[in-house]
Amino acid sequence: MRTLEQTTQEVLDLASKHFNVPAGSLAPEDDFFKKLGIDSLQTLEMLSRLENHFGIELPDYEVQGVSDFRTLASRIQSRL
Amino acid sequence: MLDLSKYQSIGAALKDALDQFSNEICLIEADREREKERLTYREFKERAHPLAKALQDAGFAAGDRASIIMTNQSKWLISAYANFYAGGVLVPLDYKLTPDEQWQLLKHSGAKVLITEYPIWRQLSTAAGRAAATNVSTVLVTEAPKNADLAGAQRLEELRGSGEPTLIPRARKDVACIVYSSGTGGRPKGCMMTHENYLEQCVALTSIYPFAPGVRYLSILPTNHAIDFMVGFFGPFICGAAVVHLRTLRPEYVREAFSKYKITYVSLVPLVLKNLQKGLQVRFDELPSGKRKVFNALVGVNRALTKSQPRLGLSRRLLKQVHEPFGGELRTIIVGGAFTEPQTLQFFYDLGIPVANGYGLTEAGTAITVNDLKPFRADTVGKPLPGMEVRIVNAGADGIGEVSVRSKTVMSGYLNEPELTAETIVDGWLLTGDLGRFDPAGHLQLFGRKKNMIVTEEGKNIYPEDIEAVFESLPAKEFCVFAANYIWPQRSMTGEQLLLALHLEPGQTYTDELRREISARNSKLLNYKRLHGVVLFDQDFPRTASLKIKRNVLAEQLAKLDRATAFLPL
Repeated sequence: MRTLEQTTQEVLDLASKHFNVPAGSLAPEDDFFKKLGIDSLQTLEMLSRLENHFGIELPDYEVQGVSDFRTLASRIQSRL
Repeated sequence: MLDLSKYQSIGAALKDALDQFSNEICLIEADREREKERLTYREFKERAHPLAKALQDAGFAAGDRASIIMTNQSKWLISAYANFYAGGVLVPLDYKLTPDEQWQLLKHSGAKVLITEYPIWRQLSTAAGRAAATNVSTVLVTEAPKNADLAGAQRLEELRGSGEPTLIPRARKDVACIVYSSGTGGRPKGCMMTHENYLEQCVALTSIYPFAPGVRYLSILPTNHAIDFMVGFFGPFICGAAVVHLRTLRPEYVREAFSKYKITYVSLVPLVLKNLQKGLQVRFDELPSGKRKVFNALVGVNRALTKSQPRLGLSRRLLKQVHEPFGGELRTIIVGGAFTEPQTLQFFYDLGIPVANGYGLTEAGTAITVNDLKPFRADTVGKPLPGMEVRIVNAGADGIGEVSVRSKTVMSGYLNEPELTAETIVDGWLLTGDLGRFDPAGHLQLFGRKKNMIVTEEGKNIYPEDIEAVFESLPAKEFCVFAANYIWPQRSMTGEQLLLALHLEPGQTYTDELRREISARNSKLLNYKRLHGVVLFDQDFPRTASLKIKRNVLAEQLAKLDRATAFLPL
């Protein structure tokens, strides 16, 4: 079972890979809309990647209003 | 042309449609690759009537207000119909607002009943704003887990009255819906839409984009949005068509839905349309050189053959590889909510996928003009719909002035805002605040806004005063939020930005620390509401006797600054 820290790190790694930003440039408290310069649609794409990676389903409502990696990771963690 | 003249209300018109098309499919609901539900009109009625009866048994009466806060799903439409059948006024709210914003609008609307989904209720029930909305006496939640704490709500699924409900008659001029076009800040704009508004709009729109049994509409825009309410509920239901709901809007499932459900129409906001364009362009760019040349030639042939009007059958045969992933039945993509760039419209038209762009606003009952595609014009927002009188007022030498509208589809006014209503509807003409001009062919062209607001590519209307609260007690003398185009008009409907006009304390400077503070507060706003930059102003803001900022005067003063140097991006 992953810890929340591990899940958060995997979320950051996957986001940096998916959006081609240097590994280590993203922090858990970062606002991913702003830091990655992405819109709501690109966020949905990122969620699909995360679902595949973690092998879970994350309903859209679970991430409604979420804009930082840490909260996103905790929503994923609760479904692992 | 559809004739709804015998009907006085949405409820009465829908009642007949449900009986007339009882064996036709009206709703399909899918969650990812799984189809969850497929209802005929008869089954829809069998779900809605017990709810309407239960509402009536609980004392819900003519003119009572019921709010829906739900994602697009079958129970949205079932609840809405039950409300209309019972004579209620519907208050559809955006499920993407924050819980406190939702409570604020619930309070403002005077809703007695709230119908929502459990995950939304979980957040709403613990929000601070709940205490003030004492008018909401009944909360119905859908899909709550078995042992969930309902926090005072009831399960919608268990609320079933026995016996037939009574259709409560309403008059055409009665309010059918209160639709919030914006305003979660100081001054909510609740548009009071009458039954007549919807009946007339339905007739006008279906004259250009007809619905019928077998036609399938993919409902992606939130149903609280005026466009989806009309073309994703009332319009198709009146004509016996089917609505397809997806419980997730991940692009891969949306793409799959087109072919899986043989979609005829879909409404999209410009952001999604551009995303679709990007995806298609990538596919085309990946074609091997030879195939790409052939493809480009076929697009050229299609363009030439569809110059005067769309020829769907021909385009589908010519560009099979483009049309097949869309299911082969797609007639038109309806785009709305915000302005769409002409090149995007042209891109799709050249592929044989007409995009019905138009222009409208909630206050006007959704669409005012629509491109009738005869011929297709990417550079305009089309001609006025039947029944719409549109004129340009206070036009300058270039013919550009404020677009105003008179029609049976125009709202009766803003809820609890007689002054704002009087400023907006003058002698029966709705002043849109948008700048436009008619070309010699009678097509409307838009050239920016007169009003202090922006519309994002996601179709969200943002009024500066609605986001100022987040900057309260900022360490500065005073501040005010503006739409950049309101200060420096650009005659453009895209790429609109918000800015913070900032007057610092004497001796204070705009430090990195202050910029970070503004950015931190900015990030508390939903992403589409965020500021793009700061403009420093070194004079006291002009104020009224009651110390309110005179925004128009301040905007004139700020306009003297050079945008290129004054605008400091965040």
